[in-house]
Amino acid sequence: MNTEKNSAISIEQLRRNQPRFEGIKSGHRACLGCGQALAARLVTEAAGPDVVVANATGCLEIFTTPWPESAWHIPWMHSVFENAGAIASGMEAALKAQGKSTKVLAFGGDGGTFDIGFQAISGMLERGHNVLYVCFDNEAYMNTGIQRSSSTPHAAMTTTSPPGSERMGKRHLKKDILTIVAAHHIPYAATTSIAYPSDIRKKVRRAMDIEGPTFIHIHCPCPLGWGHDGANSIKVARLAVQTGLFPVIELERTELIGSMPIRHPKPVVEYLKMQQRFRHLFTTKDARAREELEHIQALADHNIKHFNLQGDTMDALDSDGADTVRRGGMRWA
Amino acid sequence: MLKALEGSQAIAQAVASCRPQVVAAYPITPQTHIVENIAKLVANGKMHCEMVSVESEFSAASVVLGAACAGSRTYTASASQGILLMAEVLYNIAGMRIPMVMTCANRAVSAPISIWNDQQDSMAVRDAGWIQLYCADNQDAVDTTIQAYRIAERTELPVMVCVDGFTLTHTLEPIDIPEQAMVDQFLPAFNFKRALNPAQPTSMGTLVSPDFFPEARYSHHQALLHAADEIVAADADWAKISGRASGGLLSIDGPDDAKIGILTLGSVYGTLVEAREEYPDLPATKIINLRAFRPFPVAALCEACQGLTDLIVLERALSPGYGGIVAPEVQASLTSVHAATRVHSFAVGLGGRDIPLEIYRKLHRRIQLEEPAPFTIIDVELERLPVEDYGVE
Ligand SMILES: Cc1ncc(C[n+]2csc(CCOP(=O)(O)OP(=O)(O)O)c2C)c(N)n1
Repeated sequence: MNTEKNSAISIEQLRRNQPRFEGIKSGHRACLGCGQALAARLVTEAAGPDVVVANATGCLEIFTTPWPESAWHIPWMHSVFENAGAIASGMEAALKAQGKSTKVLAFGGDGGTFDIGFQAISGMLERGHNVLYVCFDNEAYMNTGIQRSSSTPHAAMTTTSPPGSERMGKRHLKKDILTIVAAHHIPYAATTSIAYPSDIRKKVRRAMDIEGPTFIHIHCPCPLGWGHDGANSIKVARLAVQTGLFPVIELERTELIGSMPIRHPKPVVEYLKMQQRFRHLFTTKDARAREELEHIQALADHNIKHFNLQGDTMDALDSDGADTVRRGGMRWA
Repeated sequence: MLKALEGSQAIAQAVASCRPQVVAAYPITPQTHIVENIAKLVANGKMHCEMVSVESEFSAASVVLGAACAGSRTYTASASQGILLMAEVLYNIAGMRIPMVMTCANRAVSAPISIWNDQQDSMAVRDAGWIQLYCADNQDAVDTTIQAYRIAERTELPVMVCVDGFTLTHTLEPIDIPEQAMVDQFLPAFNFKRALNPAQPTSMGTLVSPDFFPEARYSHHQALLHAADEIVAADADWAKISGRASGGLLSIDGPDDAKIGILTLGSVYGTLVEAREEYPDLPATKIINLRAFRPFPVAALCEACQGLTDLIVLERALSPGYGGIVAPEVQASLTSVHAATRVHSFAVGLGGRDIPLEIYRKLHRRIQLEEPAPFTIIDVELERLPVEDYGVE
């Protein structure tokens, strides 16, 4: 056999040939660079095939299931916008009654999680259902055309928080959903970001192993809604973490048990200026724009302090190192 | 064996005998006693199910939907504000063609807030795509609940069993709770073929474009129309086992040659039958108990109305700005075969207003008028209204 030829097999090719479970396949209708589509793939890969999914109304539901097609290769159902928590509760109760160990996942956007579906989620957490709830946070109601949600960051422009002579975008702060969720004293609640696929996998696996309600909150840039190039989604997501605006942390009960350290905190401006939704903070000489930039920087500084995010030495798993580290040619985790 | 039971207690026992695996509910008068009784059965090991005490009716409906999709037989119950809070999910359940049973303990809808009985709540979700069966008494509620599971599971449609709040739910009556073996014989174990299953992944509740939507609605509509046969069959088969029939789609009481008919839904039926004996001098009258409101039994109704000159429809709910809700459907059904039958529409017992036996005489008197009003709310006391509201009637 020609050894030359053998060595020509590319690592890429080998990877592609390696069977890997995929819960959601290509062919769906997500926009180019959609953070949520990537996140859903990573979550379902890590969760494996023995699951059932309750999906709230939103982009993910819409772009994956244009009848008679479906991108899902796991049992999946969508009911309405605000009941994923309760649908999942019912699924879990049924599987329990049937003596099955299939894990129930619930998927919701930030609107379906922070706002309209919050009550059902709170009920699900309080009753202790064995459900992993995943919130795909793209920081607005994207499916209906970019309206503000309580997850939209301060000063961001959406169609219902437009800047104008009286306003500098959204007037209110992003809701701290993780702390609120953790306050239900659930065993595990964590944030993560599509910039760190291995972090997503690790956290999903961890949550899958826990018997009880768990919550994973994934930061998912939306090129259309945020106004950045789809090719830059990962970069934007990483900057959100590296500026301290989106802390990547883990809570058990209410206790902070882990955080992704930031090696070199970046100024928030680097993150903001990549996105059209913050354009009004840069295009005007208005003193209010400067004030808002300072305000946003202060929010990031607060996060870094509050969650103790500042890393002091090189750390392979900090916001610079994570997901660039390979072990024996493999990605970690 | 007959036992003196409160309606709610009897319904709870009937539900238990159907062996649902997941029950989810949120308290609201007059449904509460049903759920409390189920909780008691569960607590005492007489019923084995996951009882999910949710934080709202919206979640109650969602929990049973999720549970049914995951392959379990389910039960929920509500009333009034709770039914309206569920409305979005009720449409969703029916549109997905999910077999399940719920009880609506019929109650008026706020405002003005009232805990008392009428049928505004179930009428408000008339078009959600559920089968709706109305119960004349508590024995009927027990038998209908059991039948409802078979109907639901054979048709893959949800069934709402409507029982008048207080009048039935809170009334003690001698009731026969069927032996467990009888129910087991009648109702096979739940086997929902479309249930979600990791071994054969499917997607439910997907986005449907205009290319398919009318077809989805068509098939749902057809399913409801065909359900009429299953309603009749379930009643007949249950009668063979239990010795009791509930009337199928509707039941008729009274002489065949009667010229006057009164059509009712729910417990007012009993009042009328009794009233007829109280006033033997009034013209012969057929009393028609419409058990199935959805699907609407057009053919059975036309047959029941043979030979009637006047049909009085007793409305237990109101479409403000129009009038009765049931009568227009009755009238439309009759036009092709009994165009001459005059259909009168009277709202009675709104918000729990008493329906005395005397109502029977009043109704007869009303239709003797030269030109009876097409729709009237019975017993409105105008002097109880502020002056500026006078004369609206
Ligand atoms: C009761 C109800 N209100 C409003 C809507 C319209 N709606 C559908 S999806 C959506 C926004 C979804 O936003 P989010 O949960 O953030 O998910 P995304 O689409 O951004 O992924 C809205 C408002 C609805 N479907 N149901």
